[in-house]
Amino acid sequence: MSSSIAAPSGSRPDAVPQNRAPARVALSARRSSSSGIWVGVFAITMSFAAFTSALFVREGTADWGHLVLPPILYVNTLFLLASSGTLEAARRYLRRSEGAAKSGSWVAITLMLGLGFCAGQYRAWLDLRGQGIYLATNPNSSFFYVLTFMHALHVLAGLIALAYLAYRLTIRSGMVRRGVFDNTAVYWHFMTALWVYLLVLCRMKL
Amino acid sequence: MQEGSVQEAHVHAPPEGFVRKYIFSLDHKVIGKQYFALALVAVFTGMILSWLMRIHMVWPNAKIPLLEMFSKNGAPGGVVTPEYYLSLLTMHGTLMVFFVLTNAPFAAFGNYFLPIQIGAEDMAFPRFNMMSFWTTFAAWVVLMLTFFIPDGPPIAGWTEYAPLSAVGRDAGPGMQWGASLWGISIAIFCIASLLGALNFIATTLDLRARGMTLMRMPLCTWAWFITSCIALLAFAVLFPACILLILDRHAGTSFFIPSGLVISDRLQPHSGGSPLLWQHLFWFFGHPEVYIAILPSMGIVSHILINSMRKPLLSAKVVIYSMMSIGFLSYMVWGHHMFVSGMNPMSSLAFSFPTLTITIPATVLTLIWLGSLYGSNLQINSASLFALGFISMFVAGGVSGFFLAQPSIDIYLHATYFVVGHFHLVMGVASLFGVFAGTYFWFPKMTGRMMSESLGKLHFWITFVGAYGIFMPFHYLGLIGNVRRYQSFVDDFMTPYIGWHKFVTIAALITGVGQFIFLFNLIYSRFKGKVAPENPWSATSLEWTVPSPPPWNNFGGRHPIVYHDPYQYGVKGSKGDFVMQNSPEQAVPASGD
Repeated sequence: MSSSIAAPSGSRPDAVPQNRAPARVALSARRSSSSGIWVGVFAITMSFAAFTSALFVREGTADWGHLVLPPILYVNTLFLLASSGTLEAARRYLRRSEGAAKSGSWVAITLMLGLGFCAGQYRAWLDLRGQGIYLATNPNSSFFYVLTFMHALHVLAGLIALAYLAYRLTIRSGMVRRGVFDNTAVYWHFMTALWVYLLVLCRMKL
Repeated sequence: MQEGSVQEAHVHAPPEGFVRKYIFSLDHKVIGKQYFALALVAVFTGMILSWLMRIHMVWPNAKIPLLEMFSKNGAPGGVVTPEYYLSLLTMHGTLMVFFVLTNAPFAAFGNYFLPIQIGAEDMAFPRFNMMSFWTTFAAWVVLMLTFFIPDGPPIAGWTEYAPLSAVGRDAGPGMQWGASLWGISIAIFCIASLLGALNFIATTLDLRARGMTLMRMPLCTWAWFITSCIALLAFAVLFPACILLILDRHAGTSFFIPSGLVISDRLQPHSGGSPLLWQHLFWFFGHPEVYIAILPSMGIVSHILINSMRKPLLSAKVVIYSMMSIGFLSYMVWGHHMFVSGMNPMSSLAFSFPTLTITIPATVLTLIWLGSLYGSNLQINSASLFALGFISMFVAGGVSGFFLAQPSIDIYLHATYFVVGHFHLVMGVASLFGVFAGTYFWFPKMTGRMMSESLGKLHFWITFVGAYGIFMPFHYLGLIGNVRRYQSFVDDFMTPYIGWHKFVTIAALITGVGQFIFLFNLIYSRFKGKVAPENPWSATSLEWTVPSPPPWNNFGGRHPIVYHDPYQYGVKGSKGDFVMQNSPEQAVPASGD
């Protein structure tokens, strides 16, 4: 398809640029979005690094206490880890011909697990409220609510992407751009990794 | 699909209908113009606010017509109250830093020219691009709302230092809802800037035309790319800071408010927070923000100077590496804004060292510009005058940075007008000179009309002399010990120096009026200017290979191929002393060298 590279008027279409071979052909939308997702992941990492450093600064003050994490968080962690696994299963079916429906089912399971995670997080907040621990109760609870809520917001964005994929793969009979799937997977695994990090951070510091 | 094949990257269809074409447009060129228009509104608003401040400062009892209608509490009878002076100060800073210095050189010109200069049809994510503009617009609307609520705009300054910014009503007028709206506005602005930076990076990495290696990108594209990497990190940190500030204000948390704090005779119901934490988070964003403002202008000025000199810079590579090291170092110097914050003196020393180091790449850049100018046959026009003016302002403002980078000197100068003079010249005026240079240079491409050169030169001289008239006296006032942020100096030890302030106020009024010449030139030339040819400056980069203004898909569906680095000037080419980037002809050195 090299003929679709139209040269500007007055230059030879088949000419090799003189100084060096061309770095790269004009690229498709797929590649651009794959850079985009990594840049996005980087920005989110930076945001949570800022929250973490705020935590480290705040930790040194006199009213810093201790927060017993609601046990359901560990169940939620399993949900999220499992969801990353099921998403990989979905990707394996995507490679096979006629695998779209099965892939779609695995994405739907991932979506369910993700929803389960969010419901579990909500349950954890209710648990804490039941103990009389609110956002402003002490700095530990403030950081717990802020970190888990900000993470959950990002997970919700991932859920929307998963819902879109599940819809395209099952109901719309398998038409999905590969790049969209891969980017969603990068984002979703990042959400899992970020959660594991936050859990360890909360466990050690709060 | 086989390796090396090209997908038709039509990212969107041609726009149809007024709304799609001009309002919710996906076209990076329209979005660039929208950013430019927003920055233009913001810069004139900010300028009028500075007039009001300057007038109040030297004539504290002056009745300013119409101002009472605008704010009954802030200016009863048209006389600005001390608190309203602080509101004006806050809004001037916020508008200028966020909506002018971030939007104009980076978002506006970057959006318009980055895709064209790398040979792309549009940004990588046109929808995100549209969203980032309209999110920025929403941030501006929320910020401007503070003028119209009974509470008025916040009085905490553009840095919104905690704990006063975090406690609400007790901290003074504007600190209840005004400060909350400020926090919301800036949080929205962060999201918009993150989307924008993401788009710039993905576009630069992935949508370059065939043959457009990274080192063949024009210097301004490099500057926008480096700036977007800085912006990505900076705004990703300011956003959490704003969230925590809003929570302190409205959810009763204590991130920034310490124990036992009494404000307006009331013990604040918070405990254990750290006001320094806000300063750390804010300046971790705030210092890179300075480079977000100045780097694009460095790129634009280099691009224009090379064109006006008709020869390449001494080394484009060194310019790129210098800009990269400035970007890298910008993350290690935030503490130099906090020398007087009570921070450990050892940390002051640790921040002082990289701050002084950053002057090395800045000096290298300046020497390259000056060294390249030496012996060149510079063509004088509005664009090149403003480019030269940029260097002048950058040096004048940068030199005072050497002093302020040292804690022992900064402790004396920090809260004085010396700092006001320093940052206005190096960050504000220098960056704006880059924007003006870019406007005169690219206006023909953006509108298809030439701007008036004589009005442009008049604008330059008024602005150049005026800017020095305003900001040079600030340095001397600062050395005398004139404290900044105060609303008047009528009856203290400053009395003998009121004349200096009057001079500054008059200079500010004249320079401000001079900016209306620019505004008139923009509007007049847009409709009545001489019709611009495709390449009025005999320039080499890809934006000059397309019609003025470019069609919606930039290259008319063709994919340009790039054969050269962008600065083949001073050679024997078929069209003159230059060879375009997309021309396959071999450049022949012009004479003997």
